[in-house]
Amino acid sequence: MSVRHALLALLSGGPKYGLQLRQEFEARTGDVWPLNVGQVYTTLQRLERDGLVESDAPDTEGPQKGFHITHQGEEELVEWLHTPPDLSSPPRDELVIKVLVALEVSGVDVHDVIQVHRRYLVELMQQWTRLKEDEAEFDLGFALVVDAELFRLDSVIRWLDTADGRLKRAASEPPRSAPYALPKLRRRIGVPR
Amino acid sequence: MRDVSKTYGAGHTEVHALQDINLSVDAGALVAVMGASGSGKSTLLTIAGSLEDPTSGDVYVGGALLSKMSRNDQARLRRRSIGYVFQDFNLLAGLSAVENVALPLELDGIPARKAHTAGMAALEELGLADRASHYPDELSGGERQRVSIARAVVGERHLLLADEPSGALDSANGEAVMRLVLGACRRGVAAVVVTHDAQLASWADRVVFLRDGRVVDQTMPPPSPESLLEPAPHT
Repeated sequence: MSVRHALLALLSGGPKYGLQLRQEFEARTGDVWPLNVGQVYTTLQRLERDGLVESDAPDTEGPQKGFHITHQGEEELVEWLHTPPDLSSPPRDELVIKVLVALEVSGVDVHDVIQVHRRYLVELMQQWTRLKEDEAEFDLGFALVVDAELFRLDSVIRWLDTADGRLKRAASEPPRSAPYALPKLRRRIGVPR
Repeated sequence: MRDVSKTYGAGHTEVHALQDINLSVDAGALVAVMGASGSGKSTLLTIAGSLEDPTSGDVYVGGALLSKMSRNDQARLRRRSIGYVFQDFNLLAGLSAVENVALPLELDGIPARKAHTAGMAALEELGLADRASHYPDELSGGERQRVSIARAVVGERHLLLADEPSGALDSANGEAVMRLVLGACRRGVAAVVVTHDAQLASWADRVVFLRDGRVVDQTMPPPSPESLLEPAPHT
């Protein structure tokens, strides 16, 4: 996540001090992403260097130093909000790699490997859902963060379910002569060789 | 359920839908059963609800052994103690929302006026009092499912059985359905929800995983959710 743009977004609502920016950042992300104060000041310095924010008192330092967003900073913020993050190439996903490796290791039941991960993910989802049950209705930002995490974990479980079914069907079908499929996939997801 | 198995067919067409299932649900608890299509989820639910007999093993509801009960007693138990929620709601089109909810009570011999009052109370509990006189085709999908939950918990029911209760509802309505089921549990009802949907299952106190008719795994009691809020500061 871009701390840089999150700070620009907070400053777009009016000038603020560094400490105030940190508190508002954490409050608006439901305290899910803690931020240390050093990180805030380093980022503010870079934003100032790039002309995206200006300090109210350039000669002072410390928590009383206020910042405001520049016109260029506002343009940068709008540009960032409308630019989708790069999701075009598959991430190097350890879970996918483990399932692929489990296929190759004799004596390991890939369905058991899948189930261990499925249970872990469902347990995590239970914890997130419990947070939603208790708190999320009272804090919109927090509810959005919890939903995002639940959908992310859910998508991994759906992949595991699909993989489980696909492997089961493949086991009941005669083997196909396609030994080159796996090396090609390995290259794409960046598995070390 | 104690050592419950269910077999359909015989000889080479024999299918073991359930094998050696041991599962209990305490009053006030919500248990989700997850599994792929054909894993035996729905069979488990129909046997738990005495809609079908197991091939072997014992099923107890509220401490009563179903196989020792007469057909009439089983039917009475289903009317009085067990509520069912189905994927497609199963509301009767010719009855209003409150009439649908009150129906199981009336079938059980409770006078119409008293059943109606209990039906209204159940609808009010689920925020549907103003829709009580509407017919199912005048309700949205989410409202219809809420009515079917009201019908499942009306009166003194203590076991709620739900088969993919969010059906084709969107995720916000699916969440609303699970909040209602959980609310019933917090008032002392025991509930079993079978689903393939992890988002629904994650509302449960315990999730049981079914594969090829067997319980293969279940979740551990979750640690405090607050532990999720203590990740390392990101960079």
